[in-house]
Amino acid sequence: MRKNYNLEKRKYVIGGFILLIALIYIIRLFDLQINDEKYKQSANSNAFLKKTVYPSRGLIYDRNGELVVFNQPAYDVMLIPRDVQPFDTLDFCHTLNITREQFDKRLADMKDKRLNPGYSSYTPQRLISQLSVQDYGRLQEKLYRYPGFFVQKRILRQYYHPTAANVLGNIREVSKADIERDDYYSPGDYTGDLGIEKSYESYLRGVKGVEILIRDARGRIQGRYEDGAHDITPISGRDLRLSLDIKLQQYAESLMVGKRGAVVAIEPATGEILCLVSMPTYDPTLLVGRQRGENYKKLVQDESWPLYDRALMGAYPPGSTFKPTQGLIFLQEGIIDLNTTYPCSHGYISGGLRVGCHPHGAPLPLKPALQTSCNAYFCWGFKAMIDRRSKYGSSDNAFEVWKNHLVSMGYGYKLGIDLPGEGRGYIPNSKVYDKYYGKGRWSANTIISVSIGQGEILATPLQIANLSATIANRGYFITPHVVKEIQDTVMDPEWSEKRYPTIAAHHYEAIAEGMHMAVMGGTCRKAAIPGIEVCGKTGTAQNPHGNDHSAFMGFAPFENPKIAVCAYIENGGWGATYGVPIGSLVMEKYLNGEIAPQRKYLEQQMLNTTLYYAPPKKK
Amino acid sequence: MPLPRRNDPVSTFRDLDWTTVIIYLIMVFAGMVSIYAACYNFDNASMFAWNEFSGKQLRWIGLSLFIGFVVLLIDARMFETYAYPIYLAVVILLAITPFLAPDIKGSHSWIPLGPMNIQPAEFAKFATGLALGKLFSAYHFNLNAKWTNYVKAITIIMLPVVLILLQNETGSALTFLALFFVLYREGMSGLVLFAALFAVVIFVVGIKFTETAVLGIPTGDFIVLLMVMAVMVAMTAVYSRRLEVARNLLLGFVVLGLVQYFMSLADIAVPGIAINLSAIGLGCAYIAVEAIKLHKPGLFIAIGTALFAVAFLFSINAAFNHLQPHQKLRIQVALGIVEDLRNAGYNVNQSKIAIGSGGLFGKGFLNGTQTKLKYVPEQHTDFIFCTIGEEEGFVGSLLVTLLFLGLILRIITIAERQPTTFARVYAYCVASYLMFHFCINIGMVIGLCPVIGIPLPFFSYGGSSLWGFTILLFILLKMDAARRNVLAY
Repeated sequence: MRKNYNLEKRKYVIGGFILLIALIYIIRLFDLQINDEKYKQSANSNAFLKKTVYPSRGLIYDRNGELVVFNQPAYDVMLIPRDVQPFDTLDFCHTLNITREQFDKRLADMKDKRLNPGYSSYTPQRLISQLSVQDYGRLQEKLYRYPGFFVQKRILRQYYHPTAANVLGNIREVSKADIERDDYYSPGDYTGDLGIEKSYESYLRGVKGVEILIRDARGRIQGRYEDGAHDITPISGRDLRLSLDIKLQQYAESLMVGKRGAVVAIEPATGEILCLVSMPTYDPTLLVGRQRGENYKKLVQDESWPLYDRALMGAYPPGSTFKPTQGLIFLQEGIIDLNTTYPCSHGYISGGLRVGCHPHGAPLPLKPALQTSCNAYFCWGFKAMIDRRSKYGSSDNAFEVWKNHLVSMGYGYKLGIDLPGEGRGYIPNSKVYDKYYGKGRWSANTIISVSIGQGEILATPLQIANLSATIANRGYFITPHVVKEIQDTVMDPEWSEKRYPTIAAHHYEAIAEGMHMAVMGGTCRKAAIPGIEVCGKTGTAQNPHGNDHSAFMGFAPFENPKIAVCAYIENGGWGATYGVPIGSLVMEKYLNGEIAPQRKYLEQQMLNTTLYYAPPKKK
Repeated sequence: MPLPRRNDPVSTFRDLDWTTVIIYLIMVFAGMVSIYAACYNFDNASMFAWNEFSGKQLRWIGLSLFIGFVVLLIDARMFETYAYPIYLAVVILLAITPFLAPDIKGSHSWIPLGPMNIQPAEFAKFATGLALGKLFSAYHFNLNAKWTNYVKAITIIMLPVVLILLQNETGSALTFLALFFVLYREGMSGLVLFAALFAVVIFVVGIKFTETAVLGIPTGDFIVLLMVMAVMVAMTAVYSRRLEVARNLLLGFVVLGLVQYFMSLADIAVPGIAINLSAIGLGCAYIAVEAIKLHKPGLFIAIGTALFAVAFLFSINAAFNHLQPHQKLRIQVALGIVEDLRNAGYNVNQSKIAIGSGGLFGKGFLNGTQTKLKYVPEQHTDFIFCTIGEEEGFVGSLLVTLLFLGLILRIITIAERQPTTFARVYAYCVASYLMFHFCINIGMVIGLCPVIGIPLPFFSYGGSSLWGFTILLFILLKMDAARRNVLAY
């Protein structure tokens, strides 16, 4: 045989070629199997169905241990489309109490990729959400007739006392944005919406558990992975104990029925909120279950804004409830002492300006001025401070000093309550006036109404109640909060830290005495509770929306106060008309547990009065 | 290899290439175990239960060993003598198969034969190998002597290809194209293989990188044009045997590239296609001049290659844009341009996941989740490698790869030691088939090749495939064992 050695060399080319290919494949295998973790994760998500086991959501109790919010099971009807076999549709609809049309619509919605982007005929899909226990019971009996269907348990909220909706909030299904923001959530989960359900969501929700099941390519479950050795048990959410006294809350709400406004009561020594009423309010059970969406829409459209928490968000002129702050600032700044008197000739008359006042003796020092709520006294004091160039150099500087004192008392900024959506009220700074009037072209008289809580000044009822608590404490406050305890958790020291305004503590006594005098023989005599020394201050706030707002701020008892309140009734007229009775009744109820017989008429009046509010003007 | 002494009595079993036999046995039994693992269910029966795929495979293995044994008993000279009749019989069988075979998933390639189905295409492999061997063993046969020799060889190869294509078994049909390696070994110009490889590269690169990135040209086109220039320089160097010509050409290209680069830096709009095409044109002109001057007509091959490559590039771009959307998609998925995990790309993605999740040592025998839970399609046939990758990990896949590499290299060694052209050509045919199956099947499951449904020899479940490859291999073993009997002529 002739051997062609030239051609024989070609075996190296062929051998080299296969060697090269094998080498490439080995590198690729190395990359796939050892280098890249991606495939291992994909394999796990392929084969293991991690079935979430939902923890039970934390319960909510009031300050006395009364159960307020608890859980009720709800049942979602799920199905795996691929596994569904022909069944008696009519019987199914009958069992669930729905019509054939509703059923067809739900089925069509479920399959609509736009409405349900995660649709796949191999994975569990939700057909009907939140069955009642009764419907669930009926379905459970017949479930064997509907292969491919199963029921997934969910947790909904239930309320023992349908009250304090603004504080409690509610839960809703997570949105796409929630899922993107927090990887705890997956579609179909629930999250807190409004109130403490929202602000304490991370405590209430608990930790989800996982059950690992083995699933084949068609999504069929083949069993538990290693008999549940890798399962994670869910951890229940933590229970909350509110500072709210739910009975007091209910009582305050009942007094406010038919009115708009807010009642806030704080335990001064702890900053714990005893009741936080915003009227009109709504029944929290409206936002539970299948009707939630529809009811939520109605609440949003309601022109009386029931979802708007007036106690936290409302920005109202504080009116005369602002006067104690003025007394404190003037004392601190040395503008007045307790003997300084100012004249009042039916008002404050200066440089062609007149601020009216009601008849009372004049001239007056500070305490009687508080007792009679003399406008002129505080106008004069304000003028003496703002126009004292010798001390401050300019009205601008003086005003900044004035404003900073107010900020230290909790005005103008959020107090930092543990509820979402708190408003900050409004305290202007000198730049605002510089811009409006021109620098150096304004003085005390230009802006005199701020001294009596009118003009630009706005405050939330919470801020007013907080001022009351500060005076009750004679010089400090603790950030108001609604949650007293979280199960198995040490509360943040923020909730027990004393905050001292920039006013020396000894100045508060005189203010407290002035407020006591107002109750004993001044503008808020109706606040007097038999056997308790009550301190109070009325407010009658002019506003552009109609009748004056009726306000009251007070605390009791005079020594060692247990409760500080603010009652603010929109368009209620004189402070003494609604504010004083409601505020004092709340205090009396809390302190005595019942209303003295001689004050029952007041209670009846408040329970039975309805104020008429004009519908908002259509634009 | 020293030729044996003539008076030494021949014993088939003593002279058998036991290395190959052992690799073969390891492969078939490893295959059976893998099939058992691939089809293992949670309530599974024994590996040897007759109604399981693994039990059935055991029967096929038993019959294969019997067939192999019978083949070893046949006189080696019979294969050469009856090469053409065997080939003819198989071709006739292939031709009538579409009429006998029922429709199984669109393919008409299985003839029902009592309790089992036979796929004649698997038996066409050895028959074609024998026929090709016979053709080349003719006295003084030289592939390059006459062009009709090419016609004869290519006819022998293409006849089964066409007939199998008619059965709608594209994968099996493509297998025969591997025989062009044999033609290369027997004298066909390497340029043909090079051209085929270059065409594939141009095709892949040209279609895969279509985003406009460089000088206003799609990246793929730019890379192809650069490759064409590089090939021109290399071929010029080879065919002119004068490095200065190649050097001048290279310098020209580099200068032009720099000009383009600085123009683009200076924000001058560069008509990239025009510049690069004219560069190649000028290069061709220069080579033509040098070819005439130096009397090196071989240089025209470089020019031809360059012009064909450029024409090919533009025609595939044009043709690709005229394809049906689903055809485009299949090609794009195969090339990894489009990740279509739900439809066309599902199989490959799942098989990559299965293999990738194996890690270094795998999840352990019968512990694979992806294959058990049927995420991987065809896991006991074409995708059997997934089970090995998942359960035995990198170590297992490496061993299988090395087994194939070892077997193929061993067969090349055997081929080269054959005293007859017939046996050598036949041996190269065996090596080529195995190379093709190995490259395509494993390349497919690890996502490097498009999905072409062909089995992994000796591993995949199926009687026809196993018997086909067993006969193929044992004929070679018999020829090799009998080589000392043959008079070198």
